Amino acid sequence: MPITQYLFLSAFLFCTGVYGVLARRNGVLVLMSIELMLNAVNINLVAFSARLSDAAGQVFALFVIAIAAAEVGVGLAIVLLIYRNRVGVNLDEIDLMKG
Amino acid sequence: MAEKAWLIPLLPALSYFIILLFGKKMPKGGSESGIIAVGTSFVLALIVAAQWIKDEHIVDQHLTWWSNGKVHITLGQHVDGLTAMMFVVVTFVSLMVHIYSTGYMHGDERFTHFFAALSLFTASMLFMVLADNLLQLMIGWELVGLCSFMLIGHWFEEKNNSSAALKAFFTTRTGDVGLMLGIITLFFAAGQHFSIQLINKMALEHEISHGLLLAGALLLFLGVMGKSAQVPLHIWLPDAMAGPTPVSALIHAATMVVAGVYLVARVYGVFWEGFSIGHGGLNWMAFIAGLTMVLTAALAFVQDDIKRVLAYSTVSQLGYMVAALSVGAWTAGVFHLFTHAFFKALLFLGSGSVIHAVHSNNMSEMGGLKKYMPQTYWTFVIGTLALAGIFPLAGFWSKDEILLGATKNGYPYIFVLGLIGAFMTACYMGRCVILTFHGEYRGHGHPHESPRSMTVPLLLLAIPSALIGLINAPGVLKFAHWVRFEVPGVEFEPPEHKFAVPLATFSFLVAVAGLAVAYWVFYLKTAPNKGAFERAPLRTVKHVLVEKYYLDALFVGGVVGAIKGPIARAAYWINQNVIDGVVNAVGVGAKLVGRFTYDVIDQKGVDGIVNGIGVGASETGGVLRLVQSGRVQQYALMLFAAVGLLGLALILFT
Repeated sequence: MPITQYLFLSAFLFCTGVYGVLARRNGVLVLMSIELMLNAVNINLVAFSARLSDAAGQVFALFVIAIAAAEVGVGLAIVLLIYRNRVGVNLDEIDLMKG
Repeated sequence: MAEKAWLIPLLPALSYFIILLFGKKMPKGGSESGIIAVGTSFVLALIVAAQWIKDEHIVDQHLTWWSNGKVHITLGQHVDGLTAMMFVVVTFVSLMVHIYSTGYMHGDERFTHFFAALSLFTASMLFMVLADNLLQLMIGWELVGLCSFMLIGHWFEEKNNSSAALKAFFTTRTGDVGLMLGIITLFFAAGQHFSIQLINKMALEHEISHGLLLAGALLLFLGVMGKSAQVPLHIWLPDAMAGPTPVSALIHAATMVVAGVYLVARVYGVFWEGFSIGHGGLNWMAFIAGLTMVLTAALAFVQDDIKRVLAYSTVSQLGYMVAALSVGAWTAGVFHLFTHAFFKALLFLGSGSVIHAVHSNNMSEMGGLKKYMPQTYWTFVIGTLALAGIFPLAGFWSKDEILLGATKNGYPYIFVLGLIGAFMTACYMGRCVILTFHGEYRGHGHPHESPRSMTVPLLLLAIPSALIGLINAPGVLKFAHWVRFEVPGVEFEPPEHKFAVPLATFSFLVAVAGLAVAYWVFYLKTAPNKGAFERAPLRTVKHVLVEKYYLDALFVGGVVGAIKGPIARAAYWINQNVIDGVVNAVGVGAKLVGRFTYDVIDQKGVDGIVNGIGVGASETGGVLRLVQSGRVQQYALMLFAAVGLLGLALILFT
């Protein structure tokens, strides 16, 4: 099975993720989009790992999944706190750090 | 015993501290400590001398004081005939003076202080004599000068006395500059050694160049001129008579002033080679000594103060000693030092006895004292005859040897000047005796003979004054054998000459003629033209003598005055115009530089940089703050854009 199909899938997922991160207003959806991007990378890593018969890629993928779980935990906690304080998670309205 | 010679200076030194600390509490005010210490030193000195005579063993020991690299500064003792002789002379005269002072200084308010200084003086002189190296010698030399200063100014309440002390100190210090430079010169010339024996040896064996030796000898001789009162640095000695008379006897006649003569005798190798004494003719030392002999003897004629007569006589006799050394008659010079110490101490103590009786120094207030104080009179006469050089008293033998050396070694002018000096010496001493002891008493009160503590030393000094010269009489010649200049390992001996009867007779007749003239002019007063000195041209001569050749005026006016007058004014002008100008210029310059620094560097440069940084940061911040929108997605956009651009660049450029 040629590797290109995996790469296309991966690219598609990544672009979807990027679009989600840049365009969506909802903070939860932005976090989900980041997960899409990470998993696009995971697909790449696993595909090349299988192709090159090198387990390192899969190990990387496992690490990425573990760290992504932690990241989503922290991210959702932040979103939850923002929601509680400001009643809403519209990212356009969150600009307290404006210079 | 000779190895223990260091005890001789040590005892008086200890005595000095004992008197200083406990003197006032002692029953006799500290004088007993001084007498015991000096007495013991005298006995030790006699033992050292006896041992020297017996086995003639030179002691030359030293221990290292401190080292610096290869230079070892040592402290040592050198005992030979000259040292032993000096020990005997110094301790004997000092002992006599100590005993005499208990009477003379009785009731003085600083009696204890006086004896402390006498002890220190004796110790310093003995320390100097003991020295085996020039540095140690200089330490003793300076200590001696310090004690002289203390003792001349003993009665410092009077301005004259303290000025005399200062004058003595400054004048000798002037010479001491030369001494120090000379010692430094010889130190380097001898390969960084101070040892006197080594320097003598190297000088005599021509291991030091003649130029260096000449420089060293000239510089050392400057010190000798100051200490041993050679023309023109003799001016301090007559003024030093301001001190108590026993001090004059001890310091300014018998011991301290001969330190210079001793130095020449001790470092004779340097002087012999440096001044080429062996070749005869004219040398600097002989020139100065010749002048000193005659010029100062002439001054003794016009003095009224009995001590000043003796002071000028001392200067003149010191001239004889230096002259003897300068013509190569080493033994004669040292022998004259030896005999002179006794009879000059005797004369000074005798004059002190007279002053004690009449309470005045002036001979115009004396006269006719012969019948009041016979012991003083007869001892004084013995001293006078010895000084005048009358056969067979001490001065005859030593003076004759000097004249003999001068003729045989090719110094005829020293011979002539010596004869003139001998004539003058006899004449002014005759005048002194006649004015003091003969004729009618012209003073106040009733003079009386001095107490036994004063007359006994006179008698004890009269004996050697009369007889000591015989030890170097022809056929005996012990002195020349015992005290001689020798450097171990070097074949050198100053020339010795046999006693010449015609010469001795002639010099004897000259001395008798001097006394006869004195008798004729001052006793009989029948000399024709006795008013001659009140008329021109002799009046001018007298005037010049009274003014001491205007040397004092020259020094005060020429040296001190020059410093006070033009030099001070020039210094003031330089101060006002040059130094102040420089200072002011520096001030103005500093102000300009400061203004420039403030205006340009500080205000424009430094402040500009500081403000520029601030403004730059502020402006940059103003621009960058537009980027900081606070919106996360905008940041993410920029991040992805950047990644995209970098990815594009990666693809395009590889």
